[in-house]
Amino acid sequence: MNWQFFVEVLVSGLLAGIMYSLVALGFVLIYKASGVFNFAQGAMVFFAALTFVSLVERGMNFWIAVVVTLAVMVVVGIAIERLVLRPLVNQPQITLFMATIGLTFVLEGLAQLLWGSQPHGLELGIPDVPIQWLADNANINISQFDVFAGLIAGALVAGLAVFFQTTRIGRALRAVADDHQAALAVGIPLRQIWAIVWAVAGFVALVAGLMWGARNGVQFALTFIALKALPVLILGGFESVAGAIVGGLIIGASEKLAEVYLGPYVGGGIESWFPYVLALAFLLIRPEGLFGERRIERV
Amino acid sequence: MISKHLKSALLGVAMLGVAATGQAQNEQFIPMAGYWVGPFAAGGSGIYGGFIDYLNMINARDGGVNGVKLTYEKCEHEYNNARGVECYERLKKKGPTGASVFHTLSTGITYSILDKATADKIPLITIGYGRTDTSDGRVFPYVFPLVTNYWSQNTAKIKFIGSREGGMDKLKGKKIVNIYHDSAYGKETIPVLDAQAKTYGFTVTHIPVPTPGNEQGAQWLQVRQIKPDWVILRGWGVMNPTALKAAAKVGFPRDHIVGVWWSGAEEDTIPAGDAAKGYIAAGFNVAGANFPVVQEIKKAVYAKGKGEMEDQARIGSIYYNRGVVHGIITVEAIRTAQAKYGNKPLTPEQVRWGIENLNITEARLKDLGAAGFMQALKVSCADHEGGGAVKFQQWDGKQWKVITDWIQPDKQLVRGMIEASAAAYAKEKNITPRDCSKEG
Repeated sequence: MNWQFFVEVLVSGLLAGIMYSLVALGFVLIYKASGVFNFAQGAMVFFAALTFVSLVERGMNFWIAVVVTLAVMVVVGIAIERLVLRPLVNQPQITLFMATIGLTFVLEGLAQLLWGSQPHGLELGIPDVPIQWLADNANINISQFDVFAGLIAGALVAGLAVFFQTTRIGRALRAVADDHQAALAVGIPLRQIWAIVWAVAGFVALVAGLMWGARNGVQFALTFIALKALPVLILGGFESVAGAIVGGLIIGASEKLAEVYLGPYVGGGIESWFPYVLALAFLLIRPEGLFGERRIERV
Repeated sequence: MISKHLKSALLGVAMLGVAATGQAQNEQFIPMAGYWVGPFAAGGSGIYGGFIDYLNMINARDGGVNGVKLTYEKCEHEYNNARGVECYERLKKKGPTGASVFHTLSTGITYSILDKATADKIPLITIGYGRTDTSDGRVFPYVFPLVTNYWSQNTAKIKFIGSREGGMDKLKGKKIVNIYHDSAYGKETIPVLDAQAKTYGFTVTHIPVPTPGNEQGAQWLQVRQIKPDWVILRGWGVMNPTALKAAAKVGFPRDHIVGVWWSGAEEDTIPAGDAAKGYIAAGFNVAGANFPVVQEIKKAVYAKGKGEMEDQARIGSIYYNRGVVHGIITVEAIRTAQAKYGNKPLTPEQVRWGIENLNITEARLKDLGAAGFMQALKVSCADHEGGGAVKFQQWDGKQWKVITDWIQPDKQLVRGMIEASAAAYAKEKNITPRDCSKEG
């Protein structure tokens, strides 16, 4: 066993997992506040990244483009609440879920209609090359960009934790997540809260879109990264920000280790389905996920 | 009075209808089943952009092919097999004589409709994709993997690598990794690479990348561990820039990665940024908007405010020019068939004959304004590929630069494998191969 190589695969997996967590966070936010599994999160990531890069390519300053894209995502979030969710209040959750599937196609089509179908490059100024010091001294390749992504994800989680725990809106969000009816009864404006949470999910989508776009280019395939987030959510729990991070780390590390060490025995290419098998196995032991809330129902 | 006017009007409408029908009868219909949206839209919109622009240029400049207007209808299949089959069924009977030919722009869809098209006697043209053993026209009379197939390309790639190493004998002991899209398309070249590894004494390791390929950390760490001399990249869509970025991440030199032509367009390199600099890819057409054929399209189509490409900067790109190659070949096949059957709308069976007897010489390419744009092509009953040569190009950070002349494939090896594979197919499907000496 080459332990140096093992460490390299493990660290690479953990850092890839952080990237999955970035996407999973968007799902968690909306699920926490509204109980809706937002199938359109991947499309939101694509929409945000494509809008941003198209603005930059048209000569807009990087930071102004960030602000404008953020504004666009807030408008998109509010529009979703007004046009899609509000008419469906009190409908079964499966109805809301189906609505988000439809929303996926609308956002994907709208993004391509507005900005075209061409792939774009995106540079954030952090090179996706090995940290030279580690390569020289430990012969381990860890990408500068992956470490940067890890720091961004950490900052995002810390920010969201502070937002949820200490702000008035954050506490209202948690109250809505616990019980819609009770939250309404104590005067929490449900619709306003939903609009805010969709706008925050839009912000998370922008961050994820920028990170993934810088890694692979901004193109339609960004929508598929939502599929990478699903096993993360199953493992970490749909309602937990911390779960999204821990789930991402476990999924990222295990899929890379499985691909490298198990893959050759079964023909390779297993990292697309291995996380789902892992998540399925986990479901059997703990259906609510690592950090999900255990539901006790009177029957 | 009113009645008289009404009669005149009705007669006028009837006459218009007859005229329109008469005009419609002098049309050759070509289905355009492709993808303009979705994950592979960049490839589909570029190729069909060039293809449709070429047909419109022929209509605008020449009034069609010997007076027969070329018509088309788009069908969006998003590179999805089921939808591709649906497009085929929807379009196969359109036009006065049905679909002249069918292009799928997808290896998977080609596999799905191969038997149907043969039963319907509609020729399939699969330029640079599809099932390699369909090059044996004795077993596959209705399928034409024209210009160059995947196996030819791979033998040309190994020749190219050999030339870079200082000779084919220098390949002995070398290590090559084949990073491939884990699909029918990706696996298509494994047998030929294994055969060449045996012949030349190099080792080849095949590493699959699950679709869509937007995460390749594990695969490239394996590359780093294997420490190959060369990597062959057989990607599609997002897999290509991701591979180049991942190669940079593990420090593998990009000028030792050789991609397939579906990994060798601007859409594959631009998203990878600096990580793509130096990367080499095969191609059966070159980039550039200065070729006379492209200039003719600009003059006859775009100067009149028409044209398929919303972003005109894409005119002359690899994909766009590949679409023009599709147009040239389809039109020349119709022209060849007209020489035998007359200048009228032709049946798919007649167009099939035209494709099988296609002979696009260097002189003809010059007439078409496409000298150096694509290779000369001679198709026959037995050989449905017709060409086989490949050029290699290198990304300099801004554009593709051609770095070799046409490199011929290892025809002996490829033909032997094609015949063996086609014979196995014929046996499985109970097909009696045609006797080409009896074909007219």
